[in-house]
Amino acid sequence: MSGPILQVRNLRASIAGQQVVEDVSFDVPATGITAVLGRNGAGKTSTLRGILGLISRRGEVLLDGERIDALSTHRIVQRGVGYVPEDREVFAGLTVAENLALAERQREPRRDFVAQLFPDLVARREQRAGTLSGGQQQMVSVARALLNDNRLLLVDEPTKGLAPKIVTEVADALAEAATTVPMLLVEQNLEVVRSLADQAIVIADGRVVHTGTASEILDDANLTRRLLGVSAEEHA
Amino acid sequence: MSTLVLTLIIGLGLGALYFLVASGLSLIYGLMHVLNFAHGAFLTLSAFVGWAVAQAIGVSTWGGFLLSVLAGALVGAVFAALTELILIRPLYERHIEQVLVTVGLSFAAIALFEGVWGTDPITVTGPAWLGQTTSVLGASIPNKYWVLIVAAGIVLAGLVLFLKKTRYGMIIRAGVENRAMVTALGIDVRRSFTLVFAIGGAAAGIGGVLAMHAMTYVSAHLGSTLLIFAFIVTVVGGLGSLTGAAVASVLVAVLQQVANTYLGGTGDFIVVILLAVVLLVRPAGLMGKRA
Repeated sequence: MSGPILQVRNLRASIAGQQVVEDVSFDVPATGITAVLGRNGAGKTSTLRGILGLISRRGEVLLDGERIDALSTHRIVQRGVGYVPEDREVFAGLTVAENLALAERQREPRRDFVAQLFPDLVARREQRAGTLSGGQQQMVSVARALLNDNRLLLVDEPTKGLAPKIVTEVADALAEAATTVPMLLVEQNLEVVRSLADQAIVIADGRVVHTGTASEILDDANLTRRLLGVSAEEHA
Repeated sequence: MSTLVLTLIIGLGLGALYFLVASGLSLIYGLMHVLNFAHGAFLTLSAFVGWAVAQAIGVSTWGGFLLSVLAGALVGAVFAALTELILIRPLYERHIEQVLVTVGLSFAAIALFEGVWGTDPITVTGPAWLGQTTSVLGASIPNKYWVLIVAAGIVLAGLVLFLKKTRYGMIIRAGVENRAMVTALGIDVRRSFTLVFAIGGAAAGIGGVLAMHAMTYVSAHLGSTLLIFAFIVTVVGGLGSLTGAAVASVLVAVLQQVANTYLGGTGDFIVVILLAVVLLVRPAGLMGKRA
């Protein structure tokens, strides 16, 4: 069995001098989806941004055994880490085609794969991304990460604010993508987590407070209530 | 009627000059969040070098004129690129220090230019046609304004084509919107910083040589005189917006000329009022991105 694709050791991260990740350590297996769970403000997004170097961070981050914590963000991404940010962050003034073209890093990007996952985007190639619906913007955001043969995807709240039908479409796309690349997924929708994730990490107050399989956490009502403040059944 | 036509076309020509200076300022701020007070120095050095080139080839020839413009663009681009590489890049994300270093460079450059070319303005002559006029609806329009308008049109078209049709242009447009996300796509956005500085410097260089011909002199203070209005244009148009810079350049210059002609020479005062109104009513500028 291969080792973890990502190892995070004693990660601490801060924004404008304010410590937002206290001391986070965990592994991400080389296959499947690992969910990062936690209440609002627990430090989930900051953990992802810290791994990617988008915010100031200390500690060790190893991608497939290689230290990447001293690298700048673009070099980490070039080493095969795809990123789907919270709130989509598409380039509103650029067309869909331009948004996707910017994300292409390899000689033969996986355009067919992306077109098959999101046929709607093909029809809207020349439309400005800022005029798309929230769901379509999320598809652009996910598609950008899937155009390249990444070694790991960091996906931050991909279903946030989306209509139920679109949530299903995005979740299906992520499930399809996860067959080819491991994923670290921050997600508040526990049903989506239940359907996608194999492993789960729970973060509270900037620290990892629980790790285990996703079903082990979500099936335990007391655990979800204590760690996440909700029950999986109520959330569904 | 002829006075109005003259006022409007001179305003348009002056707006073209403002655009040549402001376009680079706006792109640089939009992408890098650097208020570049050294931009005037790019313009002044280009004007001096352009003048020297024209002197060497023949001030009254079109060949001398065109080569002086090309030399100005080249000098502006190189000076700006070196400024970014040597002074701005080491201060990445330290915006206050970046502003201070550009202010320092602008003062040092003026002192250096005065040391090399003297403190007195140098009178400049160009091809005879530039000193003549063309009649439009009864108004005699100085030909130098046509040159400014055509040059700004070419620069605007070139910049739009570059931004729309090239990958670097796409990176710059995306970077103006969300620089962090560009890096999160695996793109080294800093490479485009130097390019944007060079492009801005080239436009300012063309503006410098043409301003020299329009004003018929060159001095160490040529750039700083124009930089004030270029900053106003940049703020009114919206920091980071090339289209905004183009629209605001014409708006500011035409308003300035109309006020100078019809309101007793109050053009500069009216421009400052316009700036204040825009800052109060629409702080992001006419076409700028809201904070």
